[in-house]
Amino acid sequence: MIKLVNISKEYRNGVTALYDINMEIQKGEFVFLVGSSGAGKSTLIKLLLKEEGITRGRMYLDGADITRVPNRRIPYIRRKVGVVFQDFRLLPNKTVYENVAFAMEIIGARPREIRRRVPLILSMVDLSRKASSFPDQLSGGEQQRVSIARSIVNNPPVLIADEPTGNLDPDTADEIMKVLVDINNRGTTIVMATHARDIVNKMKKRVIALEDGRLVRDEEKGGYSIEIPNI
Amino acid sequence: MWRNRGMGIASITSISAVLMILGVVLILVLSINNAVLDTKLKFDEIEVFLVDDLPNQSMDRIEEAVKEHPGVLSIIFRSKEQALEIMKEEWADEAYLLDGLETNPLPDSYIIKVNDIEYADGLVNDVKTLDGVEEVKYYKDVIDKLLIFAGYIQFGGILIIGILVFISVFIISNTIKITVSSRRREINIMKYVGATNGYIRGPFIMEGIFLGIIGALISIVIVYFGYQYFYKSMNEKLYDLFTFYLVDPKLIFTDLAIMFGTIGAGIGALGSLVSLKRFLNV
Repeated sequence: MIKLVNISKEYRNGVTALYDINMEIQKGEFVFLVGSSGAGKSTLIKLLLKEEGITRGRMYLDGADITRVPNRRIPYIRRKVGVVFQDFRLLPNKTVYENVAFAMEIIGARPREIRRRVPLILSMVDLSRKASSFPDQLSGGEQQRVSIARSIVNNPPVLIADEPTGNLDPDTADEIMKVLVDINNRGTTIVMATHARDIVNKMKKRVIALEDGRLVRDEEKGGYSIEIPNI
Repeated sequence: MWRNRGMGIASITSISAVLMILGVVLILVLSINNAVLDTKLKFDEIEVFLVDDLPNQSMDRIEEAVKEHPGVLSIIFRSKEQALEIMKEEWADEAYLLDGLETNPLPDSYIIKVNDIEYADGLVNDVKTLDGVEEVKYYKDVIDKLLIFAGYIQFGGILIIGILVFISVFIISNTIKITVSSRRREINIMKYVGATNGYIRGPFIMEGIFLGIIGALISIVIVYFGYQYFYKSMNEKLYDLFTFYLVDPKLIFTDLAIMFGTIGAGIGALGSLVSLKRFLNV
């Protein structure tokens, strides 16, 4: 689904954020992207979202080479990659329903399709009762679920979650993880960048670790860090 | 849209100013062109003044030579006496001044009419060299001067308009920038969800065009009624002074309205695009 071949990223100010990254993520996988701040996680996500250009290497999404695409094509790539952020990024003057419907309106979905699909997605993230609430009337966890609903309403094959639990308490974080796993079980490939050691350790999913811009570990059913096994 | 009312008003004012100056320049140029056309029609004749007491043979020779020249419509002999009569008519009230003359100072002349003023230059040069011709007069000089004047006005107008368009685009882009930053969050989300640039730009460009059209409406009203007033009060006076008519306001209203609307909307749209460029290239 996602394939990176010898990807390097050098910013215009001369800082090299990524060195020679290789990875391949299969359709339906759930992958944790870990590493300390400044390790290159954010840069990698920016590359996947086509927010930053690639200096060297090649990147493929769903079989298509998206290393270099003209600006006008970028929106169509983003429609294949849903994204959830730590700070939710909801529109405060729109209701939960409208926030989710907004994403469909933007890509020109028919009103009937929107009326059918938005309630479906809201029930998936267990927010049907809050459809007409405004974001500031919701808890953090609920806001993040709205954000997740918005990111998957257009059915992207890939969902990128950039520290989705970063602002949430552990119980609420678990709740969000359940939603993500649920989405993953329906076939969506998920890449989640996180600092949440407990979550990574508990989930036993594939872990890709970055350190100083290099890929240092790619482990099936890995933990947050390489641990010396307890005797 | 009206959250930044001050900037909105500044934008509309600047567009109105551009278009008003455009209108003035346009009317000036049109009027001068009108005057040139008038002059061409009125002065398609060449006066050939003859030396005094020219023998008939010489006069015949001149007449022959002129008739052979291409583009000549007619050649009429005007004696010095006839010339004086015409002058008296033209001077009308002041004609009594001419009665004081003891001898007629005017020369005999030929009045040559040409098909097209284009032939005049060649004809004048030829006729000048003929024996017995004292002086040749025609009005190309006047027309040339008018055309040069029109050229200056056009050039100056374009320069001023260019500068003002630039300023207007700048002011509009700042106005739109304020709206854009107040909706930055929304634009950001739109981008991540995969909205095309066109979809994001649409409303802002509409706002720019809206400002432009309002500016155009204001300026067309001012220019049209202002000019109509000027036309009514000045047209006859100008004709008396310079023997030409201004362009009738009614004739140019539609063209002016279309032109103003297009340019106003164009400036508005351009201003929006300039301010959006920075936000969208992510």
